[in-house]
Amino acid sequence: MSTDYKPQSAVAKWIDKRLPLITLFNGHLMQYPTPKNLNYWWTFGGILTFCLVTQIITGLVLAMHYIADADLAFSSVEHIMRDVNYGWLLRYIHANGASMFFIAVYIHMARSLFYGSYKEPRELIWIIGVFIFLLMIATAFMGYVLPWGQMSFWGATVITNLFSAIPVFGESITNWLWGGYSVGSPLLTRFFTLHYLLPFLIFGLVILHVWALHVPGNNNPEGIDVVQGSQDTVPFHPHYVVKDVFALLIFMIIFAGFVFFTPNLLGHTDNYIQANPLQTPEHIVPEWYFLPFYAILRAIPDKLGGVIMMVSAIAILAFLPWLDTSKVRSAKYRPLFKQFYWIFLANFLLLGYLGAQPAEGIYVIISRIATIYYFVHFVIILPVLGFVEKTKPLPKSISEPVLNEKERAVKAATASA
Amino acid sequence: MSDSKAVTRRNFLYISTAAFSAAGAAAIGIPLVSQMNPDASVKALASTEVDVSTIVPGQSITVLWRGKPVFIRRRTEVEIAEAKEVKIEDLPDPEIDDNRVQNPEWLVMVGICTHLGCIPLGNKGDYNGWFCPCHGSHYDTSGRIRKGPAPTNLEIPDYVFLDDNTIKIG
Repeated sequence: MSTDYKPQSAVAKWIDKRLPLITLFNGHLMQYPTPKNLNYWWTFGGILTFCLVTQIITGLVLAMHYIADADLAFSSVEHIMRDVNYGWLLRYIHANGASMFFIAVYIHMARSLFYGSYKEPRELIWIIGVFIFLLMIATAFMGYVLPWGQMSFWGATVITNLFSAIPVFGESITNWLWGGYSVGSPLLTRFFTLHYLLPFLIFGLVILHVWALHVPGNNNPEGIDVVQGSQDTVPFHPHYVVKDVFALLIFMIIFAGFVFFTPNLLGHTDNYIQANPLQTPEHIVPEWYFLPFYAILRAIPDKLGGVIMMVSAIAILAFLPWLDTSKVRSAKYRPLFKQFYWIFLANFLLLGYLGAQPAEGIYVIISRIATIYYFVHFVIILPVLGFVEKTKPLPKSISEPVLNEKERAVKAATASA
Repeated sequence: MSDSKAVTRRNFLYISTAAFSAAGAAAIGIPLVSQMNPDASVKALASTEVDVSTIVPGQSITVLWRGKPVFIRRRTEVEIAEAKEVKIEDLPDPEIDDNRVQNPEWLVMVGICTHLGCIPLGNKGDYNGWFCPCHGSHYDTSGRIRKGPAPTNLEIPDYVFLDDNTIKIG
């Protein structure tokens, strides 16, 4: 990152000569040239960073009180809620923080899908993002197991049993995962260890994600290349720092609303019942953020097939830069894609709804149709659209669309005169 | 720019943003720091009741209070006399015996050497009281430091006699 920053004080000069940290931060967080037309959908990167840091900090202090043992885990969580100073607050922030994290990441991904942010030259940013999403899923799932309530236990049982679908080695793999012949203390302890580790791996990937982003620079709502250092860009600070902070404040107000007014809305009451290996709850559902993928799993009438389709539903995202054959990035200039985008989003939400319904009757049939459509979008619609769609003409610069007709006319007149 | 010293809107925004951020960070710091303080379940165990009816003169017991050992010694007449006879000038941490006991017969104190936290041994040392094996501090029959590196006398906890046979510590 080029920067014309020169350290001023003697101390700053001394440090910067040996380790150019200040120059690095100045280049990437202050002078970084950013397209001037980014809308609020672009603020979720900053919001997600906030979510990650919040989860790490609250998780760190919760780990000071939590005990990863099948006999003690449930009561240690109740101990946190009742005895530990502000334990209720820290746990509710952490539990709702996971949901807020997923709300933000889904919006962030939907933004990329709409504006084609995954396309050349930003494929790697997107692929690293898919890996971050995968790690988030693993971390959130293992975190949900830790309170060792009924949903924790049976969620862990169902998900680890997915591995038993693997031919030949299935049983030995699940026994290896469990460290036994069923879900119990050994699994809980290793889940706790991994739940503590993975956020730091996510943090590492986030650094790569941002690094990869800062090479080509941000995409923008027009989806066209901006000329670096021209009037198309503004320095990140103060322009986008202020915009990001404002969006973050709104996000934090909603977050606080959940934490203080309805902290258990997104959870499941059954998880306040201690894990009982002898009784499954009547209706098992994962956390809301897994529901669309859970619906895909249940839609397939075959154990191995269901697992493969669920994993594929996420893995297929990594191939998106090549499945979408259109060179035009932004949906603003792709009239057909824009319609299919909204259908895809509605279908994804429908899958989420279906994931929460019992796996019987009409729900199964709709789940199958929605699952098929999910994959059709990626493997048929997106590749074909690139060839058949007649896209709208792209603007010459990101400024052009905001100038109204009259201004353009005046400009044209003065240019010809 | 003649008015470069004047307070601009931007100055105001910078300072108020920084002030709000600092207040917010401090507010977040409170639960993060406070969670490490003794919690409600620890505080609930902060006092201990001890039945001392079976202790005869010259005998002492050690009880656990807040995770720390507390010595309860029923002193003999000789020990009480020894403790009272010491000249105040001879004490590194001057304190008369009367201020260290509620009833001269009962000496109740936290059994942790004031040097570096070891537990002193009873009926030992040059003053017929306690002796800390870690770094050689000698305490007398009133638990006062007489010789060695410890800076102060053994600590006296808050306690009350609920009746003749029961002491509540803490």
